[in-house]
Amino acid sequence: MVQADVGTVLPARTFPITRADLVRYCGASGDLNVIHWNQRVAQAVGLTDVIAHGMLTMALAGTLVTDWAGDPGAVESFTVRFSRPVVVPDDDAGASLLVSGVVEEVREDGRAVVALTSTVDGAKVLMAARAVVRLS
Amino acid sequence: MPVNRDFIGRQYPASTTYQVGREHVRSFARAIGDTNPASHDVEAARALGHPDVVAPPTFLTVVNFSFATEGPVADPALGLDYSMVVHGEQSFELHRPVHAGDELSSVQSITDIRDAGRNELVVTTTEIADAAGGRVATLRSTLVSRGTAAPRAAAVPEES
Repeated sequence: MVQADVGTVLPARTFPITRADLVRYCGASGDLNVIHWNQRVAQAVGLTDVIAHGMLTMALAGTLVTDWAGDPGAVESFTVRFSRPVVVPDDDAGASLLVSGVVEEVREDGRAVVALTSTVDGAKVLMAARAVVRLS
Repeated sequence: MPVNRDFIGRQYPASTTYQVGREHVRSFARAIGDTNPASHDVEAARALGHPDVVAPPTFLTVVNFSFATEGPVADPALGLDYSMVVHGEQSFELHRPVHAGDELSSVQSITDIRDAGRNELVVTTTEIADAAGGRVATLRSTLVSRGTAAPRAAAVPEES
C-alpha cells in the first residue's frame, strides 16, 4: 500500500524520445499517423518536424504514477490536455521530456490525486494532467 | 474543409470484440518504457491479485485504433483529414484494471464537433465493456482539426 500525503513528491524523471521510440509506439499502439514518422508530410501540413504521439507523452508521464503506485491497476483515472506538440528531431538525442509529480489531494475514500508537470525545453507539453490512484 | 456536424451524436459499436493479449500488453509496456513487473510478469501480477498481466493505464488507446477503420474518423463523409489532426485532450476512466485475457467490446460516439478559433474540435467518447457486459472503461478524446473551421460568415450583401 502506498503512503501518500498532500505534497508527497513523485521523483522527477527525464524521458528521451527518439524517432525509434515513435516507430515503436506506432507499432504497439496502432496509431500510424504519418506526422509521427514522416518529416516530409509533417512539414507539408505545417508542423516544424515529426512530432511525438500525444498518447506516448501521456503514457511516459503515466509511468511516474504507476511506478509510484506499484500496481498499475490502482490508477482509476488519467486525464491530460496536450498544450504543445513535442517535436522529435532526426538525431540520436531526440526530444527530452521532463516529468514531475506531486500528490495534490488525498480523499476520504482512499484515493490520491496526483498532479503531473511535463515539459520539453522548459515549455509545458501537458496541461491539467491528473491521475487518481487508489491507495489500498 | 469543415468537419461534417451531422455526425454529432452518432454511435459506432465495434463489429467484433478485442482480445487483450499478454504479448501485446508487454510490447505496449515496452514501447512506453514501462518496466512495472505487473505488466510483464504473470506471477508479479497475480501477487497483486490480478488474474494476468495488467495493462498500463493508457493501453486502451490500442482498442480505439484497432476499431479505427470502422469508426467515425475513418468515414470519408466526416471529412476529417487525419494528417491535419493533433490530439487535444484525453481522459481514461478505468472502472476496473484491464488484463491479458479480457475480451472487450467498444462503442464509440461523436459527442461534439465545434469551432475553436480557426481549428475544429471533434470530441469522441468510447465505452469499453467486457464479455460479461461489465463496464471496463470510458475514454474521452478531443481531436483538433487544424485550420479547418469554416470562415466566419461574410457580411450579408446589401440588396441592390
